[in-house]
Amino acid sequence: MDSQNKFMPQDYIPIMIQSFIVLGFVLTTMIMTHLLGPLRKSKAKLENFECGIEGMGNARSPFSVKYFLIAILFVLFDVEVIFMYPWAVNFRDLGANGFLDMLLFLGLLLLGFIYIVFKGALKWDNS
Amino acid sequence: MTFLFYLLAAVAILSALMVVFSRSPINSVIFLIICFLSIAGHYILLNAQFLAVVHIIVYTGAIMVLFLFVIMLLNLNTSNEPHKSQLTRITAVITGGLLLLVLIAATKDAVLIQAKNPADYNIGLVKQIGQTLFKQFLLPFEISSVLFISAMVGAVMLGKKDSKKN
Repeated sequence: MDSQNKFMPQDYIPIMIQSFIVLGFVLTTMIMTHLLGPLRKSKAKLENFECGIEGMGNARSPFSVKYFLIAILFVLFDVEVIFMYPWAVNFRDLGANGFLDMLLFLGLLLLGFIYIVFKGALKWDNS
Repeated sequence: MTFLFYLLAAVAILSALMVVFSRSPINSVIFLIICFLSIAGHYILLNAQFLAVVHIIVYTGAIMVLFLFVIMLLNLNTSNEPHKSQLTRITAVITGGLLLLVLIAATKDAVLIQAKNPADYNIGLVKQIGQTLFKQFLLPFEISSVLFISAMVGAVMLGKKDSKKN
């Protein structure tokens, strides 16, 4: 294998530098705003801003399980998409056989999706 | 390279400790994200690039959203937070210590695993993983879709049962 096709951890140094710059920018901005900005603590200023409407109640109330159901289904389809990356990279090498394999995989998952839709798990209001 | 490994390991261990020690559950989740990111850095150091990206997408992206949702589903008002009694704490310390003992005993006699073909650095890349997955491990791959369906069915069954009652 020639050196052009070799991928080493060193290839990620630009990403590392970028993430350090991003982190540094965020940290310096946050520290500088705390140092430079005037600090006035009054009741009106510390109150949550809610588009001019006065806040009421507690923010920490448990919410509907529907959000969680959507999130779990999202994770499942997310993991499904993960399997498509190695397939897409090898698409030409695997040929028609690989295409049919993926079709079977996606077909089975489509059955699951149809089940979800017909069960009404994605329906937001139960009317 | 060695310096990076030690830096990532230190970040991983410190953030994992902070997950346990931080008072607010939201802070715990954020430290867990930092821990996962440093573990993804370890994968990159091992040249397992596919695993690193999958780790970031699935764990730090999706699973952490689930964790946040679970925290938000719980009622986290300080008034109804249960107070752990002294007995519970002592039992927790003893059981955790026993688990640590078992782990140390298990890893004490572990042999250094030799790489099967140490010359092949590219085994963790997306292309090589795809070749292995779609040729050698095709059947487990197809069967995993059945696993996905069962997970979907389970999630829908558990999630919809609640709304039917209302």
